[in-house]
Amino acid sequence: MHEYSIVQSLLDSCEDHARKNNATKVSKVVVKIGIMSGVEPSLLQTAFDTFKEKTICEEAEFIINIQEVIIRCNSCQERSKIKNLDYSCPRCKSVDIEIIDGEDMFLMHLELE
Amino acid sequence: MCKDCGCSITDSAGDSHTHKHSHGTSSEHQDAHQHLHDNPQLNDPKTISIITKILDKNDHEAEHNRVHFDSKNVLCINLMSSPGSGKTALLEHLSDFSDFRFGVVEGDLETSKDTDRLKAKGIEAHQIQTGSACHLDAFMVHKALHHMDLDAIDVCFVENVGNLVCPASYDVGSHLNIVLVSIPEGEDKIVKYPVMFRQADLVLITKVDLLPYFDYDIEKEKADARKLKPNVDILEVSTKDEESLKKVAKWIKFKMEMR
Repeated sequence: MHEYSIVQSLLDSCEDHARKNNATKVSKVVVKIGIMSGVEPSLLQTAFDTFKEKTICEEAEFIINIQEVIIRCNSCQERSKIKNLDYSCPRCKSVDIEIIDGEDMFLMHLELE
Repeated sequence: MCKDCGCSITDSAGDSHTHKHSHGTSSEHQDAHQHLHDNPQLNDPKTISIITKILDKNDHEAEHNRVHFDSKNVLCINLMSSPGSGKTALLEHLSDFSDFRFGVVEGDLETSKDTDRLKAKGIEAHQIQTGSACHLDAFMVHKALHHMDLDAIDVCFVENVGNLVCPASYDVGSHLNIVLVSIPEGEDKIVKYPVMFRQADLVLITKVDLLPYFDYDIEKEKADARKLKPNVDILEVSTKDEESLKKVAKWIKFKMEMR
């Protein structure tokens, strides 16, 4: 259940950005959660709803965008979504690949008031 | 400007010296206020694009730890696995077969039993008790490093909290990750916990001396690990088999020399 500590980092970050922008309230928080980031979105939502109380995000809407794993093949340059967690190029089967997205979690946008 | 709320409305009646601004006494101010807040153009929420990693503070601290290890020429290895798969046992036995000096940062929810075991073998170890935290983060490791003499070691192991889920999301500042999985845990651990095994530079399949007693298709497990991470190294280990432990020591030595 590390979702609680992740939300704590997220709320700290929101607070920082709100302060920098002289905002008094955060009305929307948009995050991107990679399917291989190790975070369970429903638990993240619960953690956010629990911990936002008495913070600048108290009334914020929380939007979680789920990000599939995207790779770029270094052999054929094809960009693709991987299936069944098979880390190889679906086109040429090469395993010489780069991960473009889907293994991390990002704070994307904030709506401030 | 209104000193109470920072708005740019001033009452026209009275000069600024008598404008006491107890906020709410002047109806003109309040009306103007209402207008300000009702006006959608003036009250537009500001959407800002950020795009930062949620754990960027941890990542920053992890990088700081890594730079510290680099400056001391110490290789840091994060050991992760479920509880009881043999992290501490591996370290205990490794001390007999390694020709490098190592220390251990130990993470457990409670007790210093693992540190005591390592110290009994003459290994420098510092215990972090996480309380209820299910993983170590870069800040906890940083704190522990204040208790470690990095000049006296070549390799610093971080023995993470036994857990196949949470530690995978936290960079602690290690150069390499070793993930252990033991035969008695049963098959399919690799496909069930893909995020963890994606992080592995080396997968150690431990307690392989128990293979005769379990239905465990070790080749299938290896194939699962390589599907998830094609370039991962995999070694089979048993504390009863000296050669298997020497191989682990050799792998670490090789990585030390390649840095």
